[in-house]
Amino acid sequence: MSKQINVALIGNPNTGKTSVFNQLTGLNQKVGNYPGITVEKKEGICKLPRGLKAHIIDLPGTYSLNASSLDENVVIELLLNKNDKDYPDVAVVVSDVENLKRNLLLFTQVKDLGIPTILVVNMADRMERKGISLDVERLEEKLRTKIALVSARKNTGIDELKEFIINYKHLSTEPCVNASVIDPEYFDGLRSAYPNQSLYKLWLVITQDVNFGNLSRNELAKTSGFQTKSESDLKRLQQKETILRYQFINGVLKEAMSVDARAAKDLRARLDRVLTHKIWGYVIFFAILLLIFQAIYNWSSYPMDMIDVAFAQFSEWTKNNLPAGAFTSLIAEGVIPGLGGIVIFIPQIAFLFLFISVLEESGYMSRVVFLMDRVMRRFGLSGKSVVPLVSGTACAIPAVMATRNIESWKERLITILVVPFTTCAARLPVYLIIIALVIPDRSVWGFNLQGLTLMLLYLIGFGTAIASAWILNRILKISSKSYFVIEMPNYKLPMLKNVGINVVEKTKSFVLGAGKIILAISVVLWVLASYGPGEKFSNAEEIVSVNYSEENPVSEADLDEEIASFKLRNSYIGIMGKGIEPVVAPLGYDWKIGIAIISSFAAREVFVGTLATIYSVGSDEEETIKNRMAAETNPILGGPLFTFASGISLLLFYAFAMQCMSTLAIVKRETNTWKWPLFQLVGMSVFAYIIALTAFQLLK
Amino acid sequence: MNLNKVKLTLAQLRCGQRGIIKDFSTEDVPLKLLEMGCLPGNEVEVIQTAPFMDPMYLNVNGSHLAIRKETALHIEIELID
Ligand SMILES: Nc1nc2c(ncn2[C@@H]2O[C@H](COP(=O)(O)OP(=O)(O)O)[C@@H](O)[C@H]2O)c(=O)[nH]1
Ligand SMILES: [Mg+2]
Repeated sequence: MSKQINVALIGNPNTGKTSVFNQLTGLNQKVGNYPGITVEKKEGICKLPRGLKAHIIDLPGTYSLNASSLDENVVIELLLNKNDKDYPDVAVVVSDVENLKRNLLLFTQVKDLGIPTILVVNMADRMERKGISLDVERLEEKLRTKIALVSARKNTGIDELKEFIINYKHLSTEPCVNASVIDPEYFDGLRSAYPNQSLYKLWLVITQDVNFGNLSRNELAKTSGFQTKSESDLKRLQQKETILRYQFINGVLKEAMSVDARAAKDLRARLDRVLTHKIWGYVIFFAILLLIFQAIYNWSSYPMDMIDVAFAQFSEWTKNNLPAGAFTSLIAEGVIPGLGGIVIFIPQIAFLFLFISVLEESGYMSRVVFLMDRVMRRFGLSGKSVVPLVSGTACAIPAVMATRNIESWKERLITILVVPFTTCAARLPVYLIIIALVIPDRSVWGFNLQGLTLMLLYLIGFGTAIASAWILNRILKISSKSYFVIEMPNYKLPMLKNVGINVVEKTKSFVLGAGKIILAISVVLWVLASYGPGEKFSNAEEIVSVNYSEENPVSEADLDEEIASFKLRNSYIGIMGKGIEPVVAPLGYDWKIGIAIISSFAAREVFVGTLATIYSVGSDEEETIKNRMAAETNPILGGPLFTFASGISLLLFYAFAMQCMSTLAIVKRETNTWKWPLFQLVGMSVFAYIIALTAFQLLK
Repeated sequence: MNLNKVKLTLAQLRCGQRGIIKDFSTEDVPLKLLEMGCLPGNEVEVIQTAPFMDPMYLNVNGSHLAIRKETALHIEIELID
């Protein structure tokens, strides 16, 4: 087998890199992270003709090689480091035919690095309606490259691209633009000091820190002797370089491209007139949000009910069909209910990811950023914070990562700090089961009370995020120079394949990640609940039976149940639970909920699984978790444990508390210190306790 | 003082108005703005503004982008009627 060809897909955001990537690799891809940082790294294998294979990386979108964010830095680090195992044999710059001028800026930069470079002109299917005609041969000649005219949507031109990739060795590595004319003297000095290096590469290494710090300067360690220029001089030179490149590009396109403006049918203008309208824009945005949340609640309830019942039956089946013993009860009572607690909300997560993915793919998300920027700024946030806050309704982890394109550090930090208040998917199973228990399933004025409560919880989460951003904006003394630029892409009908792959990948990694934690925790919990120290646990049968005699009879079933609950109270977990009961009792909870809350600090969605595990130990009824919870009684006050008061208190606790280790870990990585995650953990959880306490004491 | 000398900035344009970018009144123009096509000599059209004229949604030389008013204040233009 021959060596794989390393291919890097590079391009401005929204040019269709991921679509081209999906066409090349199909489902033959995996999503990981770059080591040490959490920029998503997508790589895949593409089968080429003649038995060859290409290893393809979909790099984050960037407007130029002058990095101004972590995402962009990934691209430059890879292109400057020949020793990286992913260093491309050939770079494929993906461009959008409608924005060719701007896209070519990046192309000329990549080409000037001396890497064999292919140009993909994507979205060829839109040329006709935009009145664009292109002289591909002319363009190839001017840019000294091979050009594949591709439509990722219609799947055309991909084979041609594959041919070019196979023949990458024949590509010219001549630069397009001679950047040294911006300051010949300076560049001459550079050239004589490093005769073996590409001049543009040296220039990039020198200027990287101007826009963005911390580039590790791998193979070009000792350029420091050349920093004879001040930062503002370098900046001016970068501006000159940009202007120079655009002059070159304008010249090329004048000859190779023509646009017949009369042929252009502009859907964008008509849609934008409504969607970014000063009033209608907002009305439509909120209508879309409302629709999404109603849809998620209504559409998912059917599959969720089915999953709930199926898991109860599966657990029962395992118990009846496997040989009795400790292992079987671990499976039937610990693992299966624990997994049920996560599988049950796959439908909702998938729907959320589906909607978010459609909003992003269609180009609508940028309009929301535009509409909301001014409002968000009042609270110390940016219009770009809307994307994290909306993604936060799926999961805080991608949301924290989505803050990376916020230019101002202060706005970004505040966004990161408040995002965990938005109602993530992991809160849903907790909310849903408690709402089902304590809120009547009735309609008032045509609105379902349970649905309304859920919506209210979303609003509370969002409101708290905004309010705390406002407070943080007053408290935090960080001055950061900021500017704000966002591209407003064309509207596109989302591609089914992209959305599908996105939903499947995201849901899968989310469920697997949570699944592992839940599995581990439910095994630990089961062990703690099934064993106990001392006499009381091992002799439970005798101790309980003593109370009964011929005169004071009891049915077999009742006796069993009493023994089981006596055992549970004296198991390890029961003893621990009793220890924390004084802390949680004022909030209206018993020790079992206390345990569930503690284990929820690993991940919220563990709550239902934990209760399922605790309840199922010793019980041999086939029951859904909900029915078991409804039957619980309050040890101190008597009556049902889950009342309106304790239910609301629990809902509010989960709304505010910071219970997610993965989020804390991501925040640590993104802010580079433990200070902020600890601040979140303590601040949010204390706040949650106080609110839950107040709510229960007022309502009980 | 000659009032004609007062420079017109992008921030003063209304929806639908167009102008030619002349210069930047600060050293600190973000490079990204230039890279996105906001260069002296290029034509710029205000497509839409959010409430309070901020941010502004622009078409610069075929590139569609939105910037805040504070940035637009630094971009000097010449009006096209
Ligand atoms: N009409 C058309 N749309 C496309 C084509 N390729 C991608 N798109 C759309 O362009 C948008 C951006 O695509 P994506 O692959 O996410 O771009 P990326 O940001 O560069 O990864 C999506 O809405 C795609 O559906 C194409 O060839 N034709
Ligand atoms: Mg992409």
